[in-house]
Order: sequence, then structure tokens, then C-alpha cells
Amino acid sequence: MILLTEEELNPEALTEKVRHTSNGAVVTFLGTTRDHSEGRAVRYLEYEAYAPMAERELKRIAAQVQQRWGIRHLAIAHRFGRLEVGEVSLVVAVGSEHRAEGFAACQYVVDRIKEAVPIWKKEVFEDGEVWVGMEGQPQTIQGERGRP
Amino acid sequence: MMRVIVKLFALYRDLAGTAEVSLELAAGATVADLGREMRRRLPRLPREPYPLVVAVNQEYVDDEHLLHDGDEVALIPPVSGGGR
Repeated sequence: MILLTEEELNPEALTEKVRHTSNGAVVTFLGTTRDHSEGRAVRYLEYEAYAPMAERELKRIAAQVQQRWGIRHLAIAHRFGRLEVGEVSLVVAVGSEHRAEGFAACQYVVDRIKEAVPIWKKEVFEDGEVWVGMEGQPQTIQGERGRP
Repeated sequence: MMRVIVKLFALYRDLAGTAEVSLELAAGATVADLGREMRRRLPRLPREPYPLVVAVNQEYVDDEHLLHDGDEVALIPPVSGGGR
């Protein structure tokens, strides 16, 4: 299942969804929001999604995982909107027959999400903000909302 | 002539001051043509990546992709990545 939501994620419920008697392993990844980045204290984060395309790309990743490792039980949930430090932004849960493909598939999904899925993260500090992945660029115009 | 909607996100939207631009292009225009026109209109767009990463109707496309009237185009800023 694929889920894109502004609501708080429920890792336990998502993990439960990929349990099946044919699976000997369940691998769950949680992406959590850190309180620091590049030596600066993070106040909160904002995730922005190009939702229809993000869902399509997530479905594509799920299909790739099914084809490559025979995974039939997969749950991906990505949260967007404002997240406080210490919250869960991403859950990837994989049910597999054996643990090797479960670990591999889970890592693949997470890595691909961070490469190809149009969801962007903004870190907000006391004295500025930055869109992750675009740190080299001037972040604001007209001096609004703090200096880069 | 044809008209497309160009959606902007994240840093691009912040720099442009708008989430959406309506663009009129000549028939037969490609994504490369659109990229040039967007950079002309929004000189603050970062130089990298070059060319811009673009999606048309929610699919990644390359620079040679031909645009059609009514296409939904999006400029895709670099995705987070994060440290591994």
C-alpha cells in the first residue's frame, strides 16, 4: 500500500499490514526528523509534495521491488506538511519470505524515494531555513524569513 | 501556439513567488525550449542542475520531449537525498 498524508504516521499499523503467514521476515524502516543539521539546531521541518506524481513514483518503486525481489507485501507511507523534531516522516515496511530480500528491498525503497520521488524537505532554524538538496543556493528573496 | 501550466515547488516556488506559471509556447516546442523560457522569466532559478529536471503530466521527461497544449509541466528541484 502507498500512503501520502499530512496525518501522523502509525508505524505499528503499517508494519502489521505486511505480515503474512507466507513471510518469515518483516523489515520496517522509520525516517525520523533530526534535531540538528550541519551543526545547526533544527526548530521544525516542512515537507512539500507534488502529490499526484509522488504517488505514481511510489507505486513504480513498489512494482520494481515486486519484480526484483518477489516482494508481495509492502507498505510505504510518507508524511508531508509541518513536522516537529523527533517525528516520523517516512515508514517503509517489507514482508518477505526470507530476511535477505527484505533488508535489500527496504534499503532500495528508501534510497529510491530520496532520489526520485518529488517530495522536498525544508529545515527551519532559529536564524534561517534551507531546502535540503539545494543548500548551495540563496534560499530567500528580499531578506524575508531570515538569512540563508 | 499552445499553452501549458508550469508548477513550481520548494525553492523554485519561493524564488519565483508563485506556485504556478501559465506559459504560451510555439507549436512543436520542446522541454528544452520551456526550460530556456522559464530561466528567462525567472533569472533567480539556480544555475544547477542544468538542464532543469522536468516532469510532464507527472512523468519525468528529457529535454527533447515535445510539449502539447494543456500539458501539466513541473520543474522538479533536487530531491532531499539526505546522508546515508
